Amino acid sequence: MTRDEAKTRIAERFTGAQVEPASAEATAGRGLPLVVTIPPDQWLAFAQFAKTTLGCRFFSFSSAVDWKEQGLEVIARVENVDDGVALMMKTKLGAGVTTCASLVPVFRGANWMERECYDMFGIRFEGHPDLRRILLGDDWVGHPLLKSYAVDTPHPPYR
Amino acid sequence: MEIKPPVPQIPAPIWRNIKDLQEWEQLHQRRPEGDKHSPLFESVTEGIHSFPGGFVVTTVADAFLNWARKSSVWPVTFGLACCAIEMMATFASRFDVERLGMVPWASPRHSDLMVVSGTVTIKMAPMLERIYDQMPDPKWAVSMGSCANSGGPFRHGYHVVKGVDRVIPVDVYVPGCPPPPESLLNGLLLLQDQIAHFKRTGKRAAPNPKVD
Repeated sequence: MTRDEAKTRIAERFTGAQVEPASAEATAGRGLPLVVTIPPDQWLAFAQFAKTTLGCRFFSFSSAVDWKEQGLEVIARVENVDDGVALMMKTKLGAGVTTCASLVPVFRGANWMERECYDMFGIRFEGHPDLRRILLGDDWVGHPLLKSYAVDTPHPPYR
Repeated sequence: MEIKPPVPQIPAPIWRNIKDLQEWEQLHQRRPEGDKHSPLFESVTEGIHSFPGGFVVTTVADAFLNWARKSSVWPVTFGLACCAIEMMATFASRFDVERLGMVPWASPRHSDLMVVSGTVTIKMAPMLERIYDQMPDPKWAVSMGSCANSGGPFRHGYHVVKGVDRVIPVDVYVPGCPPPPESLLNGLLLLQDQIAHFKRTGKRAAPNPKVD
């Protein structure tokens, strides 16, 4: 499966998805992923589709971005290693929304990544089997990679 | 994990000279509690002092004990970050601290010195404190590198303890990022000088005893 085939299949199946780059000329550099922006309610369905239909069986990583008043954006990258096609999946949760569908039912490698995402951004992944902090201590208050987090938040007895 | 309440509620020290730091350190000192004279020790020293010229004996005994202490400072092998690589180089054959009587020992219960080599995170600080508490008195601590001294390049991070002296009392600060083995060796020699001036009065030696 080439990149163009993957693009047409995504366009057939998910009409709400927005795929970048639109033209083949812009992707002259190899190894660039297709950036797919999906509505949050189709997040899990798209991951299933990417795994079964597009053959993206390798889950690379998952993370998030805090766009302040526009809300949080969840990112995941999956790759079809056989054909060299990579997908960067994005979904904007919207302002004030902190829940998102978990990808663990599809990709088991998403487990720790989503725990880290919860740790740093406070996104609650629905359907995650074991959602708790992974890097920070259990007694930590707040989620430090949010833009609203004050870096000098006191943490007794050491700060 | 259970978090202990802070012992003294003192604002962070912004110190320009070493004197401010010493004052702050004295407020934070936990050592005199564990270093009080036992009644037996008191009575024996007072008995010796009642003889004419008896102070010579205690002075000589202090000097002998200090010589013994400074000649066998065993650091606990405890590495936190990249500074630990330089610490290992110092302990290894090229810089060879064994000629100073220092044997890196893999147990805090047999050690006298803790070299805090690297960034102390808020998550790691309770473990560091526990290891320090497991060491028997008399014990010393060397803060190695910018991170352990003040937080260093990670000072503005959300997870870093801004100086290990907020967790344990520190005797010698070694600057550098990371300090080369020569710097650490210099710090260890300074520590030995401090130990040579150690008195059983509850007072600690000046940071640079070469001055007095």
